[in-house]
Amino acid sequence: MIEKKKQGMFRKEYAWRGITVFFGLFVIALTIIIGAFLVYKGSDTFLKFGHSIWEFLGSAEWDPVDSEEGGGSVGALIFITGSLAVCGLALLVATPFSLGSAIFMTQISEKFGGKFYRPVVEIFAGIPSVVYGWTGLTVLVPAIKTVFHRQVGHSVLAAGLVLAVMIFPTITSVSADALTAVPDECRNAAYGLGSTRWQTIWRVVVPAAAPGIITGVILGLARAFGEALAVAMVIGQTTALPSGLFSTTKTLTTEIAAQMGNAMEGGELKSALWTMALLLFLISLLFITLIHQISGRSEKEKGGE
Amino acid sequence: MKKKMLAAFLAVFMVTGLLAGCGGQSSDNGNSSAAAETGSADSDTGSQSGETKDLSGTITAAGSSALKPLVDDAANAFGEEYPDVAITADAGGSGEGLKQVAEGTDDIGNSDVEAREKLDADQPDKLVDHQVCVITMAPIVNNDVKEGGVTDLTKDQLISIFTGQTTNWKDVGGPDEDIVLVTRPTSSGTRATFEKYALDGNEEASNASMETDDSGVLLQNVKDTKGSIGYVALSYLVGDPGVSTVAIDGVEPTLENTYSGDYPVWTYEHMYTNGEPNEVCDAFIKYIMSDQYGAKMESLGYGVSSKMTVTEH
Repeated sequence: MIEKKKQGMFRKEYAWRGITVFFGLFVIALTIIIGAFLVYKGSDTFLKFGHSIWEFLGSAEWDPVDSEEGGGSVGALIFITGSLAVCGLALLVATPFSLGSAIFMTQISEKFGGKFYRPVVEIFAGIPSVVYGWTGLTVLVPAIKTVFHRQVGHSVLAAGLVLAVMIFPTITSVSADALTAVPDECRNAAYGLGSTRWQTIWRVVVPAAAPGIITGVILGLARAFGEALAVAMVIGQTTALPSGLFSTTKTLTTEIAAQMGNAMEGGELKSALWTMALLLFLISLLFITLIHQISGRSEKEKGGE
Repeated sequence: MKKKMLAAFLAVFMVTGLLAGCGGQSSDNGNSSAAAETGSADSDTGSQSGETKDLSGTITAAGSSALKPLVDDAANAFGEEYPDVAITADAGGSGEGLKQVAEGTDDIGNSDVEAREKLDADQPDKLVDHQVCVITMAPIVNNDVKEGGVTDLTKDQLISIFTGQTTNWKDVGGPDEDIVLVTRPTSSGTRATFEKYALDGNEEASNASMETDDSGVLLQNVKDTKGSIGYVALSYLVGDPGVSTVAIDGVEPTLENTYSGDYPVWTYEHMYTNGEPNEVCDAFIKYIMSDQYGAKMESLGYGVSSKMTVTEH
């Protein structure tokens, strides 16, 4: 009897373990397969159509032919610059707000922050990007037109602002978690040495939480880089390098979204689009590596104490 | 220990299965094509009797976003007569539609352009073309441009505007205002047609134009942006679109002028089937091209193929 029960437990133990291992391995395999698929598709630009990597990354001549013969030019510099400009602007706008919010709701007004402010920020994170884009198109674009007396409101500025609103909750939540995780001993020690509240926050709590805050910023950046829909609505897709805040341009994601449906299978244009998808994959890989490096380093420091 | 081995083996087995599935047909999405095959198998079971009222089956169509409103409307009307036929239509672009019909994923591929322009060498040969309707593209401008006096442009002016040489409306008799180009991506069928017949093959200035992912957005942008010019199919201009059309060389972009051959910017819309269509698809395509549906088609802004007095541009 007891022997039987024991056996049943034993079986359950390994069955569940097997199931977990299967799902775990499946996801790992899926990631590798997606990566391999992008490499396979994206390498056509270089292998089949004979373009160099430097042309792809460094040239602003974008005129791939929508056919199998090829012979066009595939310089994606416009899209890379566009992505960088828009995401940089978004980060520049969002980071101060996020950091301020995170400090406010964890250090300054914990009660109000925890009960009210934090849930509000979390709602922000759940709003789909199409809603952000549409709101940007109907509110922000006309506003830019009237405020700056421009004929066209679509611009890098509009896209940057929409993205800033979109990544704000990501950076805020992650930073707030990092700030909360700073042990009270540190705070009490600072107060004990005679620090004011601001000195405690600025000299002790924020530096201690820095790796977490940077992780939040990078996660926000990753989201901004991958956003296509909302950006496409307000950036006024023009195949030209941006020359200022009010220029219209394109990003990697918007160009892929705009062209993929109509491009010919196996043609030069489609290959170039796949290469851009591969580039996006590599960029997100870079971001994740950075995050791991940062958190790894901070753990080492802690271990050394 | 045995269980553990079994589980690990199972995991490895399934992953290899996945790898093999992907390696074999890398450009094919296996699942959806299997689903579509069952769909077309269903439609073959439609009865062979002369009276086709009891037609049943499934039709899947994908492709051109310009043609989609018509397919949707026709599918509704057709569904009222044959309630057992289920029709699903997706957009996704002409290239996507052609690819899917050639691979057998969909029964009908909708396209603005001929199949040989978008597919590999031998693929177009097995596709059967049905020229279901005529689509007319019209240049549209923001209302303030029309109020400023621009109602008619010559072809040369149009070319000069879209290639970025003319940049102010006052040069073509309009208000002193910058010209804002609102266009479609290079791979768009609408853009290809417009460049071919309205701009005589000249390429638009990509570095000076705002591209939009679909004609609905284009319309909205032209409506909202002063001094803007773009182009859409007439089907987007039924009712009150809030923008103004511009005549080319004095000829208004209307269906009548397209039928008579006076207005040059039009093209046939194609519905491709893989080989001869099965009974249900055949009935559906014939229904769209029938005189009975023709009146409805014109009210939606599409031209009836049989009314064309010219077949070449």
